[in-house]
Amino acid sequence: MKIHEYQAKELLAAEGAAVPPGKVATSVDQALAAFDSFGGAPVVLKAQIHAGGRGKGSFVGSGADFGGVKYLTSREKVGEVAKVMLAYPLQTKQTGADGQKVSTLLVQKAADIAKEYYLGMVLDRASGVPVMMASAEGGVDIEEVAAHSPEKILKEKISPELGLLPFQARKLAFELGFQGDQVAQAEGIMRALSRVFLEKDCSIAEINPLVVTKEGKVEALDAKMVFDDNALFRHPEIASLRDESEEDPAELRAAQSGLSFVRMEGSIGCLVNGAGLAMSTMDIIKYHGGEPANFLDVGGGANKDQVTEAFRIILSDKRVKAVLVNIFGGIMKCDTIAQAILAAFKEVGFHVPLVVRLEGTNVDAGKKLLAESGLNIAAASGMAEAAQKVVDAARGKK
Amino acid sequence: MSILIDKNTRVICQGMGKAGTFHALGCREYGTQVVGGVTPGKGGSTKEGIHLFNTVHEAVQKTGANATMIFVPPPGAADAILEAADAGISVIVAITEGIPVLDMAKVKRELAKRPGIRLIGPNCPGVITPGQCKIGIMPGYIHKPGPIGIISRSGTLTYEAVFQLSALGLGQSTCIGIGGDPIIGTNQIDSLKMFQEDPGTEAILMMGEIGGTAEEEAAEYIKKHVTKPVAAFIAGQTAPPGKRMGHAGAIISGGTGSAADKIKSLEANGIAVAKSPADLGVTVQKMLAGRK
Repeated sequence: MKIHEYQAKELLAAEGAAVPPGKVATSVDQALAAFDSFGGAPVVLKAQIHAGGRGKGSFVGSGADFGGVKYLTSREKVGEVAKVMLAYPLQTKQTGADGQKVSTLLVQKAADIAKEYYLGMVLDRASGVPVMMASAEGGVDIEEVAAHSPEKILKEKISPELGLLPFQARKLAFELGFQGDQVAQAEGIMRALSRVFLEKDCSIAEINPLVVTKEGKVEALDAKMVFDDNALFRHPEIASLRDESEEDPAELRAAQSGLSFVRMEGSIGCLVNGAGLAMSTMDIIKYHGGEPANFLDVGGGANKDQVTEAFRIILSDKRVKAVLVNIFGGIMKCDTIAQAILAAFKEVGFHVPLVVRLEGTNVDAGKKLLAESGLNIAAASGMAEAAQKVVDAARGKK
Repeated sequence: MSILIDKNTRVICQGMGKAGTFHALGCREYGTQVVGGVTPGKGGSTKEGIHLFNTVHEAVQKTGANATMIFVPPPGAADAILEAADAGISVIVAITEGIPVLDMAKVKRELAKRPGIRLIGPNCPGVITPGQCKIGIMPGYIHKPGPIGIISRSGTLTYEAVFQLSALGLGQSTCIGIGGDPIIGTNQIDSLKMFQEDPGTEAILMMGEIGGTAEEEAAEYIKKHVTKPVAAFIAGQTAPPGKRMGHAGAIISGGTGSAADKIKSLEANGIAVAKSPADLGVTVQKMLAGRK
């Protein structure tokens, strides 16, 4: 689960990290009041959306020449820019063409930046522990630094029990080139980042950039956090920060029914049991010349209600020209799933061809039920035949 | 021959709720020696003919169990794994899906202090040595005893592979579902090592998916240390970056974990990669024919 920048900064500040003074605004008036509260000093207006690339984004349909992060010096300009930011969707390289509606702005007192750094923490799957990563190349896309000059990224493995140890923070701070009392300031921010990561079960926590201001203060200028969904049960305070308006409505709806769903760009809907088989089903559609419209895992114990909801979600996508059901019945018996498919098919009112491939426990009984239903359902045996049939059906071939 | 488990393995089930009981009975029906169950507070009673104990220590003491199958829900699952390890259980199979990844990071470090204990999973279908012992939720009847070892990160996709192999007359020595989480107890390399040493395994099928770099590391390991033929498949060739595809570990992030990278690395190390999931069985068959 993702949260907004201002929320991530609040979590860091609560652990003692220095962040620039900032106020949250959901209206133009609040943005102006925030500006006034800083005594007329320059501010940065920052549109709060989960997607990255805000600064280089644009407000769709506004005609404005600024992105989601704007440095402003006058009260008048703050009013104008806040109005646009709250009225038009912000499009970035991560949002898709329609952009994302902005409902919250962070009005941050502008910092006079002397130098930018990168500081982040992720789980390192290979070693099985979190690592803290730091680089003197801050403010840029860290993935590019990692790809082109990995030697510029410092890494420290963090014990999940002990957290970031003082010597590790010291080592990173000195290797990054901090000097004088900035060393202690940087260490404090590193400790805060490590504590939030470990105590709140983050999967990614980043401060990019971490800055030194011209006055010599070390601050977290921007922050991003992603939390382990599996750990939200023990952090209700984090779970409550969820912003559903940031999520794909179909993905959200699927999650509420216990389905795992990811929207894709193609024309063939899929309903599959098991994540690995669901990915493979998308792959084989592509292999046979089609494009999958979605990933959908109904899980191990799919019942009629889940299959019905899954069909509704798939068919609500107007680009879907045909649907493939691929079920390997293990514990879930094929005749049970066939009954669920038939009931859902009737309830939903299918308007595109449906191809069903069943294999596994009670497969003959399942196939018989589908064949005797008299409904327009094409049966297939084997994944290759199923994929070919659904690709043909999507192209209008019989 | 086989790895990890055989007809002498004595299994308990931790978490004898609805799912745990259902699958413990399924394992018993397959022929597994299910010698007990653990549900704190229910010790001394019997459920469907399975004796229940309050603690794993007690279960081990009274039944001689040396393997466990864990269905304990996520908040208590890490503790259940460590309890099993502390009681001296040597094969711990964690079926539970949804364990916080930092819990698993801690479990893994704790288990590293106890050599000889092997954790399979979590978030996995389990392990089966066909005809001898099943510890998990897989449909037993699709398996056939034989010479192919299977290593897989997923559940139903493994059943698909087993089904295709069995239909071609290629039975399995042992199938290990290593699990779909970012941190797992036994990885591909651990499994490859065991299959390489097992005289009953003649060839290996490794089913991978997007996320992490374990398949790339396994590919290099195979080239250096595995003399038996290995075939592979990678699920998620069409998966977009940054999206979690069902499994907690199935995500392309930070520029790593794509199917294309994995396939390239496998092929570069001489491993036969099935292009289509419909060709899992025939890829193994062709590979074996080519060796003769």
